Amino acid sequence: MNKIIRFLPLVLVIALGVVLYRGLSLNPQDMPSALVGNPMPEFSLSTLNYPNKMVSKADLVGDIVLLNVWATWCPTCKYEHPYLLELATDPKLKAQVKLYGVNYKDERLPAQQWLTHYKDPYIFSIFDEEGTLGLDLGVYGAPETFVVDHHGIIRKRFAGAIDVRVWRKEFEPLIKQLVIEKQQGS
Amino acid sequence: MLNKVLFIFMISLASLFVSNSVYASPVETFEFQDEVTKVRFQALSKELRCPKCQNQNLADSNSPIAADLRRELYELLQQGKADSEVVDFMVARYGEFVLYRPRVSSVTYILWFGPALLILIGIIVVIVILRKKPATKENLALDSHQQEKLKQLLQPDQLNPNRANPNITKKEKE
Repeated sequence: MNKIIRFLPLVLVIALGVVLYRGLSLNPQDMPSALVGNPMPEFSLSTLNYPNKMVSKADLVGDIVLLNVWATWCPTCKYEHPYLLELATDPKLKAQVKLYGVNYKDERLPAQQWLTHYKDPYIFSIFDEEGTLGLDLGVYGAPETFVVDHHGIIRKRFAGAIDVRVWRKEFEPLIKQLVIEKQQGS
Repeated sequence: MLNKVLFIFMISLASLFVSNSVYASPVETFEFQDEVTKVRFQALSKELRCPKCQNQNLADSNSPIAADLRRELYELLQQGKADSEVVDFMVARYGEFVLYRPRVSSVTYILWFGPALLILIGIIVVIVILRKKPATKENLALDSHQQEKLKQLLQPDQLNPNRANPNITKKEKE
């Protein structure tokens, strides 16, 4: 018994070391979204390409939705763009998931030109000039991507660029699960 | 002498008031209908954390999102929302993270009660160590049984004289 007690401080220090070492590799920007599990917020905004066409939550809900927050002032969005195009043209994925954009705190004309130049992966982009939808979504930067299920519940929020690795690790399992949920009608 | 001390005291008191009444917002200016709302705005913008630049509060930060949130905070206060409603609004969107003083919940128990727990453990350890009986003279003294044994060891052994005093036997041999 005495011998065990003698080693206790060593064990505690090692445990503390392991915890702190793990902390080094954690991303402090990676914070849990308050909205996961909550319904997607209501909004009424125009689309990027049609200033007179208003869209709302009702236009999105019903399918499994990827909502990608982007802007022309955001360099990481440019990095992520080719992969979004790849996702949008994948025939299998296209049948399962609908990709919409939120053009966040941007100007209409440059954003339109951006999509013409780099091609448009989105079914449409919601034009959120004031960042009101962004605020309701708890967006604090771009790019951010939300996964919304067919009931309109936000299931995931991902801050940062999507690439193959991120997609396989963070999104694919959830999308699979959501497709099953939708098929079962639950 | 006394005058001098009083003078310095007054100066420092005045500087205290000056630094309190200046409100340093990075860029924008807000107009408030009354002093109370202004004070509430200042307090809340110091209490709420900027989601982007994590070590700054809303009042400190220059980032666009902090500016948005300050504007939102102002609008909410203008609408006559209570402090708790404003805080709920922010937490609903950005999570408990935006609060510099997190609320007491099952997630934050360790934050709130961890330090007290550690102090308690420390006190218990100290008490346990102090309560252990220190070795006194009485404890160190030999009891009668041990005394007896000691005597036997010190006395030359009757049964085995060779072993009892090797020096003597050496001399005798010479």
